[in-house]
Formats: sequence, structure tokens, C-alpha cells
Amino acid sequence: MFSQRIRRGRSVTALAAVAVSVALVATGCAGGNGNGDGDGDGGGDGELSITFLPKNLGNPYFDTSNAGGEEAIDEFGGTYSEVGPSEASPTSQVSFIQTAAQQGVGALVISANDPEAICDALNEARDAGVKVVTFDSDTNPECRDLFINQATAEGIAKVQVDMIAEQIGDAGQIAILSASANATNQNAWIKIMEEELAANHPNIELVETVYGDDDDQTSFDKTAALLQTYPDLKGIISPTTVGITAAARYLSTSEYKGTVALTGLGTPNQMREYVEDGTVTEFALWNPGDLGYLAAYGAKALIEGDITGEEGDTFDAGRLGEYTVEADATVLLGDPFRFNADNIGDFDF
Amino acid sequence: MSDTILRENSAVRRAPDSYRAHGRPAWQRVLFTRESAIIGLLVVVILVALATVRNFDSPLTVTYLLLDVAPILLIALPMTLIIVSEEIDLSVASTVGLSSVIVGILTQAGLPFEATALVALFVGVIAGALNGFLITVVGLPSLAVTIGTLALFRGIAVGLLGTTAITDFPEFWTDLAQSRIPGTPVPSIVIPIVVLAVAFAILLHFTSFGRGIYAIGLNKEAAAFSGVHVDRTKFLLFVSSGLVSAFAGIFFTLRFGNARGDNAIGLELSIIAAVLLGGVSIFGGRGAIHGVIAGVLLIGTLGSALRLANVTSDVINVITGVLLVLSVVSTSVLRWVRSKRLGSAGKSRKEVPASSG
Repeated sequence: MFSQRIRRGRSVTALAAVAVSVALVATGCAGGNGNGDGDGDGGGDGELSITFLPKNLGNPYFDTSNAGGEEAIDEFGGTYSEVGPSEASPTSQVSFIQTAAQQGVGALVISANDPEAICDALNEARDAGVKVVTFDSDTNPECRDLFINQATAEGIAKVQVDMIAEQIGDAGQIAILSASANATNQNAWIKIMEEELAANHPNIELVETVYGDDDDQTSFDKTAALLQTYPDLKGIISPTTVGITAAARYLSTSEYKGTVALTGLGTPNQMREYVEDGTVTEFALWNPGDLGYLAAYGAKALIEGDITGEEGDTFDAGRLGEYTVEADATVLLGDPFRFNADNIGDFDF
Repeated sequence: MSDTILRENSAVRRAPDSYRAHGRPAWQRVLFTRESAIIGLLVVVILVALATVRNFDSPLTVTYLLLDVAPILLIALPMTLIIVSEEIDLSVASTVGLSSVIVGILTQAGLPFEATALVALFVGVIAGALNGFLITVVGLPSLAVTIGTLALFRGIAVGLLGTTAITDFPEFWTDLAQSRIPGTPVPSIVIPIVVLAVAFAILLHFTSFGRGIYAIGLNKEAAAFSGVHVDRTKFLLFVSSGLVSAFAGIFFTLRFGNARGDNAIGLELSIIAAVLLGGVSIFGGRGAIHGVIAGVLLIGTLGSALRLANVTSDVINVITGVLLVLSVVSTSVLRWVRSKRLGSAGKSRKEVPASSG
């Protein structure tokens, strides 16, 4: 009797486990399959199926850039899809690269979490016939067909000098609030800014460069100190999104609001309230929507064989016009984009 | 009636409860186990995916699938033995990260890769021995100990390398990690995995050491009284876990050409999930290597097929999560139902060997 019951219990367990799991898998696969069929029609070799693979999903910056990609792909009648890991780690991007290779998509547009770690996977995908376009963050040049560069160091430096010059009437004392003293990109920009000031803006005096270490509180305190030390200060340039936000927060509640100009690199969502309350007139970054849009057109040109990534190749990029491939298979989006009260409402990132 | 009881008793005395269903025809004994259910389900998933998912039937699928699950497969082997002995090791993924960082730093310092790999394996042994020491000698629960060492090993790994990555490894080794067995789409890493799987299967299922592991999981005191070296067994299991995790870390590093402190972060949960799906009881005393291998492959195949069908990763997580919860809950619910029917006599499966032995 005892054993009978146990036996029945065990087989019921096993059968129930099978039944439940099969039902689950069946529904799971059916759902997935419907999705696959829908995308599958436009997919396959040689067609304009383009997969966007951001650093991670649920990131407003990439939501904006990928929306730009989708807009372009809709324009030229390709198939857009977006996949990606939930956390921005290089190893988690690899399985999505592999999946794109297995699916035989036309092109993969990716922002790399690591310049090296995904190289092997990308090259395997290219061997399988997938064109690889990097945007936002590049890999080593030998791992991809094209890099869509959002901005050059020269462009970033020049736009910031131009903005501060316009805002303070091309004369007076200014200071720079940078990230950390050993940040490679920041230091490169600052060096070019100094050269640009010396060459073209003789009446602007750069009194000091201070470092907020990309820490909100430190940047806030350094801003306060700058204003105490230099009572005649006319403007501050902060080429870091953390620094410019902290400086704007200080200025917006101080007597200097509206009298000391602040500009630099920031994101619309962080800077919106300071533009709206008059603390900040104009700041810059690139337009991620345009970046994704251009990357999609670059992918199309590669798939259709219009370009191969050779220097001097040209391709059409819809509403952005014609672009030329530069050295190292790089395409430059253009000058940084200036955000001000007129356009900041159009952006959400 | 008396015959039934006699047979039941003799079956019980043979301990591991997979043997308790004696008196049934052999085909039933083989067919109605959790392991068979998972293997069956794996076959069903593969067949459904082959029939419905575009591009699933390519050799690349086999290669990528096996490369992806290789670290999980490797670590799931010692993890199976640990969970059967009613313990757990949460520090495995941190050991992977630590071994990755050690390989990276020493390679960068100019040591030959073979030597760095040996050092990493040695560090894995030390890590496992530390867990084993705290659990068996100091007598702390493995859950608490390995939560601590999870943070400790990860902290050391991230502390040693910071947020940077070391990516310069000898091409011979990175190529080897991703190479395939000539003429097949099967990655070479499968060879050591098969060797280790066979070794762990023999150890668990065909040696007295393995029977001791089941006995510990069923009832530690009873096992000790029957002459099983409980502490020694557990210590060795944690050392083997550290060693295999370090090996997986070396593979992980070479496969991605990338040594980072945060490598394989969170992998311990995927491993434990796959082990439980494969039929190992979280309460110890029950489970088999072949079921675990099927469990790992099932999760891997399901993920691969769903990704190919362009299902987003959050939906894949939900599907595998529900599958896991149901597979664990279904056994518990049915055991509860059975215990209600049997009354106190069958209240706990784990009490049976103790009370009759």
C-alpha cells in the first residue's frame, strides 16, 4: 500500500513536471515564433535587415539613437530590430552578436562596451556575411566595417569656445571646470580650447582650470570657489556632463544667475530646468537621434555595396545629406549639436 | 502486503531515493524520473526549435550554444555534488572573476600563459579550501560563508584590476578556447567538459564517496554514524568547486579575450538555477549528473532559440524564470500533497532512511 502510493506520487510528479514545462515551452516558442516570422520575411542574406545592439537596453540615450536608426530604416524600406543586454557588460553583448550572425542579418549596428572583448565575435559575424557598423563607442578598427563618429576633439573644443565667446561678448575672464586632472579626453579638449582662445579670442582670459572629479558635490564646491576667487569672472566652460549640471545647480540659486555664463557638454534631460530658468543659454553635445540615423544609412550603403569602408567612399544619408568615409573607415556625424531653449523640448535623453 | 512492506524496506535501506521505486518494471523506473522528464523536455525544445525557428538548424547554433553554456556546465558539476550534500556555493562566479583577473595581471606582467593558468588554478583551490575550512572546521553554514566569500573574492578581483580590462593574451590560447573539434561544429572545450562530467558522474553515482554525499544530504547525523567522513567530504567538494571555477575563469577569459574584475558577475545564479532545474533537490540528498547536464542544456537551448526568434531578453528571463519556479515548486507541491495523503508516516522524504536505518 505504502509503496503503491509513493509510486503514484512520483510518477504524478514527473508527469506533471513534463506537462507543465512542455506547455510553457510551447507557448514560449509559439510567441517567439510569431515574432520571428514577422521579422523573418524581411530578414535573410543580402536584404536590408539591420539590427541595432546598444550598450544596454532601457538607456534613454540609446532609445534616442535607435529611434533615429528606425526612422532611417523605415525611410528606405528595410527591417529594423533592436536587441541588447540589460546590463552594459562586454561579455553579455557577445551572445547577441552571435545571434545576429546566425540569423544572417544584413548589418549589425553596435555601440561597443569594450573595444577588444567583442572583436572575435564581430569578426565571426563578418565572416558569416554580416556588415558591422559601430557608433557611439568604437571597437578596434580591424573588427568592424565602419565607425560612425559623433564628434572630433577639435569639433567639441571649438563649439564650446564659440558658445562662451558668443555668450560673454568675446571679452573677459573665463574658467574651465573639468572632470579629473588625468582624464585623457578632457585634457585633449582643454588643450585645443586653449589654442583656439589664444589664436582667435585675444580678449578672453582663461584664468584657471579646476577639477571636479566628475563628482557632483566636488564640482558644486569648485564652482563656488571659482566665483569667490574671481569676482570679475564672466563665464565657465564645463566639458563634462556631471560638472555642467553641478555648476548650473550652484549658479541657479546664487546671485550670479544670469550674469555669469555657463556652457559646455551636457544632456538635455539634466540641463532642461537650467535652460528654462535662464541660468544656461546654450550647451552642446551631439544629437544621438542623428547618430543612429546616419549609422543606419551607413549600414545600408555597406549592404548594397555602395561603400566598402575605403577612404573617400561617399554615400547618401537621407535628410542629413551626403557623407564621405574618412581614414580608418570612419564617418563623422558633423559639428556637435547645440541645445537651447528653442530645441531642448524636442529631446528626451 | 507483508511482501510489499519487506520490499519497500529493503529498498529504503539502499538509501538514495531514486532506488526506492523498486518493484516497478525497469522501463518505468527509467522513464518516470525527473531526470528523464528534463531530458525529454530538452528533446522537445530542440525539435520544436528546429521546426519553427529560422536558422536554428545551423552548425553555428551548436557552436555558439555550447561555447555559451560551457562555464555553466563546468561549474554545475561540482555544484551538483555540493547541493546533493545539502550545502551551497555562492562564491563560484566571484572565483571565476578572480581567476580571470589573476590570469590577466600575470600575463601582462610577462609570465608565460601556462604558468599564469597554473597560478589561477592554485588560487581557485585556495578559495575553495577557505570556504571548506570555514564550513567544516569553523562550522558555519555554507550559505553565510559563501555569501561572504562571494563579496570577498569579487572585491579582491575588482580591487586588483580596477575598472580596466586586460585584453592582450597569446593568440594560440584564445584561438584554442574558441576552436572546434576538426570536422565538427562542436567546440573543443566540450572535451574537458565531457571528461570532467564523466569523472564527477562516476564519483557521485558509482563510488562509496558518492553514496556518502547522498547520505550527508539525506541526514548528516545518520551518515556520520554510518562511517561517512562528513567534514572531509564537504571540504573536498568545496575545493573541487574552487578548482573547477578557476578553470572556467581561465576559459571565460580566453574566450572573450578579456580579463576584468566583473567577469561572470551573477553567473552563480544561472548555475544554481540550472542545477535545480536538472532535478537536484535544494534540500539535499537527491539529484543526478545527467539531469543537471540536461538542465543546463535546456536553459541554454531555450535562450538560444528565443533569441533567434527575436524575443527580447527580458521576456526570455521571464520564461526561464517561470520554468524554474514551476519545476521547483511542482516537486514541493506534489510532495506536500503526498505527505497530506500519507499522514505523518511520509511527512518528510528525508526522514525515511533515518527512521528505518
